[in-house]
Amino acid sequence: MDKKKKANEWHRHKIQALWALLTNSYLAGFVQGKIYKGRFKKLCVPGLNCYSCPGALGACPIGAMQAVIGSWNFKFAFYVAGFLMFIGAMAGRFACGWLCPFGLIQDLLHKIPFSVKIGTFRGDRLLRRLKYLVFALFVVLLPLCLVDVLGQGTPYFCKLICPAGTLEGGIPLVLLNTSMHSALGWLYVWKNVLLLITILLSVIIYRPFCKYICPLGAVYSVFNPIAVFRYRVDEEKCTGCGACAKVCKMQIDPVQEANHPECIHCGQCKKVCGAHAIR
Amino acid sequence: MKHSRLDWRGICAAAAGIAMMAYGICRGEMKVVLEKAVNICMECIGIG
Repeated sequence: MDKKKKANEWHRHKIQALWALLTNSYLAGFVQGKIYKGRFKKLCVPGLNCYSCPGALGACPIGAMQAVIGSWNFKFAFYVAGFLMFIGAMAGRFACGWLCPFGLIQDLLHKIPFSVKIGTFRGDRLLRRLKYLVFALFVVLLPLCLVDVLGQGTPYFCKLICPAGTLEGGIPLVLLNTSMHSALGWLYVWKNVLLLITILLSVIIYRPFCKYICPLGAVYSVFNPIAVFRYRVDEEKCTGCGACAKVCKMQIDPVQEANHPECIHCGQCKKVCGAHAIR
Repeated sequence: MKHSRLDWRGICAAAAGIAMMAYGICRGEMKVVLEKAVNICMECIGIG
């Protein structure tokens, strides 16, 4: 069973990798140190994928939301909010588990063997609420309220927090453009420190960024309980063995709450259920 | 069967999402997204 389980997880990783490649397939960008400027860039992708990644074909929904909220003429992002609502209402946090490049990176980092692997800890549940605060404060309120003389806000989440932007955009662009070197300052150092912390924590804790910080996961999580495509537990078939709760890396008990806001729909609980009670 | 029913809340939320997207597109929000996305976001990469 163990062998089968591992193989199944790699099947998900292959789909994650394929999606990441598809949505970041502007290969010329990685060679020339430029970004794609075509018309597809106005379309949002469902995962956290920096639009300043040299290969990115689409727009990061969190960056796009801040851009619209922070623009002088719009103060609410109907297009991006509607997109997130649609994706969330269809499948909750499915995008986190299957279509987010930064989720894939964290998944792979957690596979690195290390003597300490932490499942949960004191304050874990409380800390998971932090992502809602990050969304409200850095994605909505600050870009909306802290504006310049022209009425334009700054994408504060991207600027001060997002490690995905540093990894996917910042590092490759700075490496490929020597002209940018002179502009590097404390902000670049700060963002690289955050990225390093995220990488190190990902080895020890499963998806720490998704659990505690990600504003995209925060939005999708709200829709988990009502999503059109979601898990259902057949109470008549369930033997209460607890295998599903044990295998869940997000520390959820599907029997207690099959569509918990933290569920990323990785499907491990479904695979491990011998009674086929989870559908 | 109770467990296999579609949740109308999800369907309504998805429909509302589509309506919001359409409204946002009509009032020109996509242009703002495109303008932001086709230029290197200095804040995003830790420079600006």
